[in-house]
Amino acid sequence: MKLSEVAVEARGLVKVFGQFHAVDGVDLHIPAGGIYGVLGPNGAGKTTTIRMLATLLKPDGGSAKIFGYDVVKDNHIVRQLIGLTGQYASVDEKLSATENLIIFSRLLGLDNREAKRRAKELLEEFDLTEAAKRPLAKYSGGMRRRLDLAASLISQPALLFLDEPTTGLDPRTRIQMWNTIRRLVKNGSTVVLTTQYLDEADQLADRIAVIDRGKVIAEGTPDQLKAKVGTASLELKLSEDEHLHHAKGIIQRLLQVEVHVAGNNTITAPMQDPEVITDLLLALRNARIGLSAVSVKSPTLDEVFLTLTGQQTQPNYSYEQ
Amino acid sequence: MNNNLSRTISPALTVQQSLVMAYRGLLKVRRTPEQLIDVTLQPILFTLMFAYLFGGAIAGNVHAYLPIIIPGILAQTILTGSVAIGVNLRDDMEKGVFDRFRSLPVARIAPLAGALIADAIRYVIVTVLTFSMGYIMGLRPHAGIIGVLEASCLVIFFAWCTSWIFAFFGVIAKTASGVQGISMMILFPLTFLSNAFVPVNTLPKPLKWFAEVNPVSHLVNAIRTLLEKGTTSNDFWLSIIGALVIMVVFSFITVKAYTRKAA
Repeated sequence: MKLSEVAVEARGLVKVFGQFHAVDGVDLHIPAGGIYGVLGPNGAGKTTTIRMLATLLKPDGGSAKIFGYDVVKDNHIVRQLIGLTGQYASVDEKLSATENLIIFSRLLGLDNREAKRRAKELLEEFDLTEAAKRPLAKYSGGMRRRLDLAASLISQPALLFLDEPTTGLDPRTRIQMWNTIRRLVKNGSTVVLTTQYLDEADQLADRIAVIDRGKVIAEGTPDQLKAKVGTASLELKLSEDEHLHHAKGIIQRLLQVEVHVAGNNTITAPMQDPEVITDLLLALRNARIGLSAVSVKSPTLDEVFLTLTGQQTQPNYSYEQ
Repeated sequence: MNNNLSRTISPALTVQQSLVMAYRGLLKVRRTPEQLIDVTLQPILFTLMFAYLFGGAIAGNVHAYLPIIIPGILAQTILTGSVAIGVNLRDDMEKGVFDRFRSLPVARIAPLAGALIADAIRYVIVTVLTFSMGYIMGLRPHAGIIGVLEASCLVIFFAWCTSWIFAFFGVIAKTASGVQGISMMILFPLTFLSNAFVPVNTLPKPLKWFAEVNPVSHLVNAIRTLLEKGTTSNDFWLSIIGALVIMVVFSFITVKAYTRKAA
């Protein structure tokens, strides 16, 4: 049997908790293969959406299909196609890594010998062999996440949901986790991951849906999303601050935009066409204004996100590198 | 991998998955043996306490009281021990690992049935300790070891079936302490307002009526008959049928409650 080319097709998904519309009409179209990022701040409805797609919660409205199978009507089939790594470790704290993996394998129908073999394979793959016999209570956050991910891979599911797979991990472990996720996709799985880290979505995802207050507010490739902000951004650092006013005038005249002054010698300005930079630098040279640094950047997803969600900022939206 | 998607789970697979979950329960008991403290201390303590406290008053002396009190204590402590399933299930279900069980293509009843099967070890401990205490204090049932074994099987079966009641509370309650509260409210009247400790004919009329229809009284009578005469009385069959009805009804509504929120 051949699976549909569309991994997830959700139409108008709604979940209401009391008065609160946690998910308020989410549409998703996720093609098979590759990594799909669901990006949004805390409480945006990411986890609730994933829980509905993974058959853990019944939608209050709308519908969703996983490879063409309805998450409510065909829930048993859907469960055979997916793996889920929840936000909170979905493994048994009191048991060891090996025991956890063996129990999940046996539940999935492997016999005792196969289950032991599969557990051993996965522990090796995820570099957990040395800690295999220890109870999980003694594991670090990174080890626990790795075990969690390993447990989701026992049945080699066609679609893997990762709910904030790197939240709370230190930067080094985070990069290890990214590499692991990339490797999974090479083996043909489809990965849907939620994150509140913009750089994570940018680094990993082929396509991104931005969710805020239970709704998808933008969707596309990372580049498309960046293009929505429409401009590159220019940053100039003057070597002497007394020219600041003069330089500001020149830039405003050439770019035809409002410029911003940051600190006492830095000027930033949005730019439609990066080509103008040549004219600008020449003009500054002719005016004998010295520069200590120049940069032209595509806008970061941070900027995209802030533009899309209407500039609201919360302290822990972005991740400090 | 994907060419054998199935729509249903066969009964054989359901049983197998439940047994895997029971294995998980037993592993957890081995890791945290302290969860067996209640079923270890209670039979010892209660048997000593009640036998010496009531023995003289009710039966003239402790020795004559033993054939009455041991089946009573056994029924009471084993039912008290079965309450823990609700508390444990509630605790367990709040952890992330239950999300994984829910997301696996596994029979919905398996995580519940597995926990209950593993709990049978608690009932075996209660039974062995209560009869051992009885033996030490001088109980010598006329039906001998066979009678003791038959009574043990009956009471363990009964406790297992009724533990579905507390599993149900465990699934629907919001907190573990809530489960404990509700369960005790049910358990106390059921075990004390029966013939477990005192002869029913000393009770006032309404209480007497309740004690006579109380399933715990039938269970206690069935145990006494098995121990003394080695025969199965009407009470035996009533206990079995009652337990089966409880199990069928409560396992059904427990699984319903467990899957209610999920898709």
